[in-house]
Amino acid sequence: MNQIQNFTKGFIKENPVFVLLLGMCPTLGTTTSAFNGLGMGLATAFVLVGSNVVVSMVKNLIPDKVRIPAFIVIIASFVTIVELVMQAYVPALYAQLGLFIPLIVVNCIVLGRAEAFASKNTVWSSAIDGLGMGLGFAFALTILGGVREILGSGALFGIHFIKGDGMLAFILAPGAFIALGYIIAIINKLNKKTA
Amino acid sequence: MDYFVIIVSAIFVSNIVLTQFLGICPFLGVSTRISTSIGMGGALLFVMTLATMVTWIFQYYVLQPMGLIFMQTIVFILVIAALVQMVEIILKKISPSLYQALGIFLPLITTNCAVLGVAILTIQKHFNLMQGVVFAMATAVGYTMALVIFAGIREHLELIEVPKGMRGVPIALVTAGILALAFMGFTGMVK
Repeated sequence: MNQIQNFTKGFIKENPVFVLLLGMCPTLGTTTSAFNGLGMGLATAFVLVGSNVVVSMVKNLIPDKVRIPAFIVIIASFVTIVELVMQAYVPALYAQLGLFIPLIVVNCIVLGRAEAFASKNTVWSSAIDGLGMGLGFAFALTILGGVREILGSGALFGIHFIKGDGMLAFILAPGAFIALGYIIAIINKLNKKTA
Repeated sequence: MDYFVIIVSAIFVSNIVLTQFLGICPFLGVSTRISTSIGMGGALLFVMTLATMVTWIFQYYVLQPMGLIFMQTIVFILVIAALVQMVEIILKKISPSLYQALGIFLPLITTNCAVLGVAILTIQKHFNLMQGVVFAMATAVGYTMALVIFAGIREHLELIEVPKGMRGVPIALVTAGILALAFMGFTGMVK
């Protein structure tokens, strides 16, 4: 597989949210608006790239039996970096995302890529894989956040273009499930056509 | 805060799955049968309560006195991972029958964000140890309840003709959405 394919697979063919169905908790929990979705996605992408690079660097040093705890420590270190940086520079977004920032540690995508890709590949291709997957995740979260923001408050990225209040349910919990359900159904339909 | 308020709010008003979005992966993955849902819920009750207790002790007797609060995420996840391993080993020795019932769910629980989530929430809400334990238990009960209700609905869904594109995950998500809508009825019961 060449590097371009390696990079783009995270967007559509192996999109972590829409196709692999990983990392559902932050996907549903943080996408009350397109901006929040994007912020969460980028934070996860940073952790993914960082942990993929470090895991692929130390993959030959870690004994096989303790690799999962070792990966978790590496991931948790990057999550702590993100936490501190966001707290310092974007406190408003940090407050919005709240609990879900430390919970990047247990996001199945990050550990999944470390285990399935970075522990078997070179540093360079692991970095590309992490970046592709991370941006794919951010892309999915932005779309879901956008859909919910448009339906829920008639705005996109905070810019109102529909008069009225919108359907509040889409900003609240039920809308997250329902919107994601229909988006996945549409993507299933499209994938069947091209396949 | 009153224990009763903590319990009602953890089970109904801010149900961990349907309003807080924690532990969604097993919620969608495991909950196709009522019996497996109950097994998962039991394992979670056990681990969540223990984990909350241990992380609380770590937070107030190790991290805070030493000024290491920024290490919270790393320490908590390690404590939880170690705890799950230990529970697994001890259960295998002491009660093989319980291990048989809960065993397959235990590895899944380490990466269940609900456990870490509750541990962090307990600290954020400034609960004392007893309140934290009650909160963790009530949360696990609420989780099990959501899981069992959802599994019951999905058992019926299997027999129904669903449009092709909606089969599997999409219909499960929409069902969960409607369930969440029902749980919104509890909003505002506890302030």
